[in-house]
Amino acid sequence: MARRPGEPFPLTAMRVTARAVSSAQKGSARVRTVIGRVGFPYRAPTVPRGVEVPPAPKRTGADFDTEWARRPLAQATRRALLAGPLQLAVKAIADPEVVGTDRLADLRAEADDTDDTCPCIFVANHHSHLDTPLMLAAIPPPWRHRMVVGAAADYFFGTRLTGAASALALNAFPIDRTSVNRRSAELAAELIRDGWSLVIFPEGGRSPDGWGQPFKGGAAFLAERTGAPIVPVHIDGTGAILGKGMKRPKRGRTKVTFGRPLRLEEGENIRRFGTRIEAAVEVLADEAISDYWSARRRAAQGATPSLTGPDYRGWRRAWALTEHRARGKAGQRRRQKRTWPKLS
Amino acid sequence: MPRPGFVLDVDRSTPPTLFWHGDGFRLERLPAGRTRVIYPPEPLPAITDVDARIRNALEHPIDSDPLSALLFPGMKLTIAFDDVSLPLPKMRRPDLRQRIIEAVLDSAADAGVDDVALIAALALHRRMTEDELRHAVGDRVYDAFAPRGLLTQHDAEDPENLAYLGTTPHGEEIEINKRAAESDLLVYVNINLVAMDGGWKSTATGLASYRSLRHHHNPATMQASHSFMDQHRSELHKSNWRMGKVLRDAGVKIFQIETTLNNDTFPSPFEFLGKREWEWSARDRGLYVAASKSLAKVPTRTARKIFQSIEAPHQMTSIQCGEVEAVHKVTTENVYRQQLVEVQGQTDILTMGIPYICPYNVHSVMNPILVMCTGLGYFFNLYRGKPLVREGGVVIMTHPTPWEFNPVHHPSYIDFFEECLADTTDPHVLSQKYEERYANDEWYRHLYRTGYAYHGVHPFYMWYWGSHGMQHCGKVIVVGGEPRSVRRLGFTPASSMDDALEIASDAVGRDATITHFHTPPVMMADVR
Repeated sequence: MARRPGEPFPLTAMRVTARAVSSAQKGSARVRTVIGRVGFPYRAPTVPRGVEVPPAPKRTGADFDTEWARRPLAQATRRALLAGPLQLAVKAIADPEVVGTDRLADLRAEADDTDDTCPCIFVANHHSHLDTPLMLAAIPPPWRHRMVVGAAADYFFGTRLTGAASALALNAFPIDRTSVNRRSAELAAELIRDGWSLVIFPEGGRSPDGWGQPFKGGAAFLAERTGAPIVPVHIDGTGAILGKGMKRPKRGRTKVTFGRPLRLEEGENIRRFGTRIEAAVEVLADEAISDYWSARRRAAQGATPSLTGPDYRGWRRAWALTEHRARGKAGQRRRQKRTWPKLS
Repeated sequence: MPRPGFVLDVDRSTPPTLFWHGDGFRLERLPAGRTRVIYPPEPLPAITDVDARIRNALEHPIDSDPLSALLFPGMKLTIAFDDVSLPLPKMRRPDLRQRIIEAVLDSAADAGVDDVALIAALALHRRMTEDELRHAVGDRVYDAFAPRGLLTQHDAEDPENLAYLGTTPHGEEIEINKRAAESDLLVYVNINLVAMDGGWKSTATGLASYRSLRHHHNPATMQASHSFMDQHRSELHKSNWRMGKVLRDAGVKIFQIETTLNNDTFPSPFEFLGKREWEWSARDRGLYVAASKSLAKVPTRTARKIFQSIEAPHQMTSIQCGEVEAVHKVTTENVYRQQLVEVQGQTDILTMGIPYICPYNVHSVMNPILVMCTGLGYFFNLYRGKPLVREGGVVIMTHPTPWEFNPVHHPSYIDFFEECLADTTDPHVLSQKYEERYANDEWYRHLYRTGYAYHGVHPFYMWYWGSHGMQHCGKVIVVGGEPRSVRRLGFTPASSMDDALEIASDAVGRDATITHFHTPPVMMADVR
């Protein structure tokens, strides 16, 4: 007979459950005893006194192996994830407006012409953990399906679990942001040479206060090493959705603006190229909150607003950020549902 | 290496030939032994680094200083661009006009030019919708200029915004857009789909008023142009060049940008339309059957929508900038390089399938007047040397030719068809008796200026456009056309190709030679 709602569990069912739990506990204790009795090699060896065991090779952080995530099965899984759940989640949370992909027409033509993916390095500003999925959703084919993401080794690859999840879902590979790591740079260059495109956030981490940070030189270095073009990208609005320090995302609107591909010019050094990349993202940022012609003219006059915001500190900086965000996509944030305290 | 154009002599093993039939197709078996089919050349290889080539061309113009040297702070810069009639079908985004305009704007920004305006060079065509403008110039340019009123469409009926610049020795008055005329530099961005496009015609026609246009858009000029596509034998061309001289003497400084496209016209799944029938794969055949059967079943409106949504994979094959005449000379060579097909001798019967589109029905209806204009105005004139059909020969077109018009786009066409063509089909009589009234009709003028209507006089121009063909041919037959509207055009309706050939034999005999002009993709016959 079925149990009615609110009625206590029947005594027999409780007894059966308790018996099952107890026998499971006894069983596991028995197994432990047997293994303990059998000893090495069925259990870990004991360490002789006075002997120091060398630390096991590190398999997390910058040393996390992500090669498996680029194999066909993982690729197929990721493709399914990207096409379905990720796109839907990004749309639901960030509602991105993607503009400027037409600027990649020449790269696409080159890719069609050479039957290659024409790998390139997408360089974007960084405000949020949302930036990576947003980029993966916004980058158009054919690059979207041959894309790797440079992710902070200490954060995303800190444990085996988060590392595996990042590698599988985002095709991320670890980049050591605390020190110059030869392995990270070489892996990135090798991946580009293998036809993988790369997303890099050269600010080296999410913005701590909502304004941008100066770009590091990794993207320019990789472009110089591999000859791949740099595609500057500006992401607007993610800081207000899931900025640094926020525990839960707040739904909002975002805008992803792609710029014209840049290549290292004859005689140009990496530092200069890096500056040009940063300037290109700044112009895109200006374009995103004004219009193409105004941004272009300000750029020609050297009056493009900096990504790093005003020089002053303290509340005035935060105040200026509010104004800045109001002009961008964050200013068009969806109205949050207000919840009022219950009075009874 | 793309194959050049090809002339096929039809024999018994030749598969049926594809004919366009408005918003559909038909396969016709043409008589063996006396028929040839002219196929267009394959698409030339495209330039892949388009943006770099555009920027390079702007800095290395022909017979002109580089664009950056012509720009200076405080100057008045106007950028004019071709309207929705080019290219056909519309090209995939990003449109070439957008890429060129952005490159010009980048130079202007670097030079500190603040006063910039963009003008769609409509002449007497209908105004473009916001979506059409966005497609042509791109969202970035549109969003930056349109809200401030700096992206406008030429209004040939706005006396306050027209400037009269003088008269040619032949008495042709030149009146063009005031902003363009008074600018320190006018940059004209062309897409040259056929040899007739570009040169002085861009400014002298695209930015002109009726007062100016009537001097070359008339039956006498059209009938004396053999053909429009051959600038050495085109009266239309000569008239525009005379006007160009007046423009230059009046101090209008023009930086001409001309581009050519390859004839990669149809995207998947319509690629078979650009192939030779005997090279159709099983997939192509399947697609043809699926497309033709389903298009025949769906309402005309749906079929039209499907076709009008096609975006051609056209790609740029050349870009040249600088002085108008020097630039156009190079452009013409590049157009010929893609389109010319050598053909030996004329024919008694010329057949052509009229497609769903012509320059004047983009996102609209192909009405009977435009069917005539496409067949006798455009396809007939796609020759150099001699017309494909001999004088007194027969032209057979295939098109359903419904008695149908778009009242928003073509209001004066309706009256022209009902009133003028019911009276006469002679272009000279039409010109003398009716043109002035239609050109100065206040209602048509209002619709042209404020709606999306072609100018009142436009159907006359379409009729004149075909006047050389009408004068040259002994008979015009339309296969599968609505008899009522075909007869109104002054042509003969036929229910099948066999019937049409039978009717044609009355004029050209039983053993007449037949040539089928297998276009689009667009080509040009070099008739020896």
